[in-house]
Amino acid sequence: MKDLYQSQRAMRAMRKAAMQRGVVAILDVGTSKIACLVLRFDGPEAFRDSDGVGSLAGQSSFRVIGAATTRSRGVRFGEIDAMQETERAIRTAVQAAQKMANVRVDHVIACLAGGAPRSYGLAGTVEVEGDHVRDQDVARAMAACELPYFGEGREVLHAQPVNFALDHRTGMSDPRGQIGHTLACDMHLLTVDGAVISNLLYCIKRCDLELAGLASSAYVAGVSSLVEDEQELGAACIDMGGGATGLSIFIKKHMIYADAVALGGDQVTSDISKGLQVPLATAERLKTVHGGVVATGMDDRDLIEIGGETGDWELDRRTVSRAELIGIMRPRVEEILEEVRVRLDAAGFEHLPSQQIVLTGGGSQIPGLDTLAPKILGQQVRIARPLRVTGLPQAATGAGFASAVGLCLFAAHPQDEWWDFEIPADRYPQRSLRRAVKWFKDNW
Amino acid sequence: MRQMIRSTTTALRRDPAPSRLNYRLQRLMLTPMIRRLLRVGLPLGCVALVLAIYLSDQGRRDGIAMLIEDVKSTVRDRPEFMVKLMAIDGASAGLADDIREVMAVDFPVSSFDLDLTRMRLDVAALPAVARVDMRVRPGGVLEVDISERMPVAILRSRNGLDLVDRAGIRVAPLAARSARPDLPLIAGTGAEGAVDEALELFAAAAPLSADVRGLVRVGERRWTLVMDDNQSVLLPESGAVQALEQVIALNQVQQLLGRDVQIVDMRNPRRPTLRLSEGAAEKMREIKVMELGDD
Repeated sequence: MKDLYQSQRAMRAMRKAAMQRGVVAILDVGTSKIACLVLRFDGPEAFRDSDGVGSLAGQSSFRVIGAATTRSRGVRFGEIDAMQETERAIRTAVQAAQKMANVRVDHVIACLAGGAPRSYGLAGTVEVEGDHVRDQDVARAMAACELPYFGEGREVLHAQPVNFALDHRTGMSDPRGQIGHTLACDMHLLTVDGAVISNLLYCIKRCDLELAGLASSAYVAGVSSLVEDEQELGAACIDMGGGATGLSIFIKKHMIYADAVALGGDQVTSDISKGLQVPLATAERLKTVHGGVVATGMDDRDLIEIGGETGDWELDRRTVSRAELIGIMRPRVEEILEEVRVRLDAAGFEHLPSQQIVLTGGGSQIPGLDTLAPKILGQQVRIARPLRVTGLPQAATGAGFASAVGLCLFAAHPQDEWWDFEIPADRYPQRSLRRAVKWFKDNW
Repeated sequence: MRQMIRSTTTALRRDPAPSRLNYRLQRLMLTPMIRRLLRVGLPLGCVALVLAIYLSDQGRRDGIAMLIEDVKSTVRDRPEFMVKLMAIDGASAGLADDIREVMAVDFPVSSFDLDLTRMRLDVAALPAVARVDMRVRPGGVLEVDISERMPVAILRSRNGLDLVDRAGIRVAPLAARSARPDLPLIAGTGAEGAVDEALELFAAAAPLSADVRGLVRVGERRWTLVMDDNQSVLLPESGAVQALEQVIALNQVQQLLGRDVQIVDMRNPRRPTLRLSEGAAEKMREIKVMELGDD
């Protein structure tokens, strides 16, 4: 736990250094594509004159100056499967983005979708020393949270204090300076498989880059796709990626739950490939060009040339009706959504005041999903595209870039995490002066 | 299971991924320092290298030096810049010859080669020159404006006779006193420091000018007026002119200096003292004895 704290702090220091240099790269290592954005931080409103785009809720302190996407290789279910391949794909994306930005980036903020994220809600209570709450009390309250056993080899990815309660008052965002006796803290802890993180770290290191931050892709997709009201009132964001579907629940601008389903667009593609006996590349093309989830009478007559280059005329000249294609895709999409529904129910989403569900990610672009999803997830479903950020190329504004854009926002305004607060005095290393002072105070 | 090691015989699709070397090279090229080095440092380095190689040969270096010298001399030797003659104003003939000798310039010469400052100092170092101005006038004339020192007195010293100006500076040596009978003669240690006072005294002594031989500075503080017949007037340190005028007045009334007086001592102006010659003193005593009777 302690070394995680240290490494997260080191990452924060790295992020600060990157901000100082003004250039940082965003790396979204997904199952179907790897996106790399290069951000330049110039302070707010630096591009006002040239761009005409006003301040976007204070998010205009940066500008995207380089963007590149490459087909992902060696990634399955949002986890790195073949490291060499992934490293090459990352290199491709980073090099292209650097070339577009015409600047060298050394710091990268990455997100990962896989690693079986698991959410924990923690609570800690301390008596306030003195009459009002100080930084140290907040630190002690967070340190007092009882950590559950989350399994061997799992690492904490996010640990965000979501609520503070002082005596009988709850729902505080910042208790410091307030008068009270008992300070309670609720913390949301997200753990992922440590091996997945270390694989990603290794890949990034092999590309001569330094990691300046790490986030869960479900979380950052929620940051970019949920509008402010939804984040405040409560909503679930479902990021339908290639290999994994992430879901995150927000309320009061804090993520309170995140999970991932290891199902995604790749399964749909492989279903098509198996069902129609076509290669994966052809299946992917059929899915993106002709795919859908709601069949109409017209679709029966809409015959699609499958195409092929095997040389066998019979095999290459097959056609399939769009209804057939939909018939293959729909069950799998339904399965994904049902799985998401199960996870939401397990998280107790139905008890939240707002039942808003936002679909994003590349998978949300399937035509007809806006008809299918309400049947499974409930009536308040919308399909979202990420927030517009300055300088983002048109090609990278689609739903598939929700996590990349969310990472940009995360880089610009990271949420306070546990490691951003002070270290409680009794956790300091040996020979610490403050510890000595505390011992002195306690004994005299 | 995916094929982990691809056999080399299968025709691979071109891998879009850059090699590690390529990737690193690109990153290196995007480093601002390296970019600047390449954009500025490399061309500079190349030019410097080419120059160094070209100039490493002694013959080429000499050739370049000669070329530069050629160009310089063509500019220098243009007729517009040539100085053809020198005009010396305000100097007597002898001094002008001296100046020509000191400056030692062979005309025609380019005005770039004339070191006016040095020449000015050389000329100003001549004793007879009080002030000198030099300039090259358009038309190639070196104009030298001299103001000469005017000799006002003759100073007799151990080394002979010298002409001195009002400030006591020696202007020129003098062969004989008779060469300049118009100038008064001064002598003695420190005489050249009080030429002004001497001139005033000579002016005051104008009624006696026929008999005056000169002034002698005594003890570097006062003057003695020396006259013919070994007569002299000892003058005080201050108020010498008044003392002299007193003597002249006495002379006009009583022909003091026409008598057998050797020294008129005016060092104390309120008590003028006379020294008679030996014969006169004897005679005076005889007269006194005669008048008073022998005792």
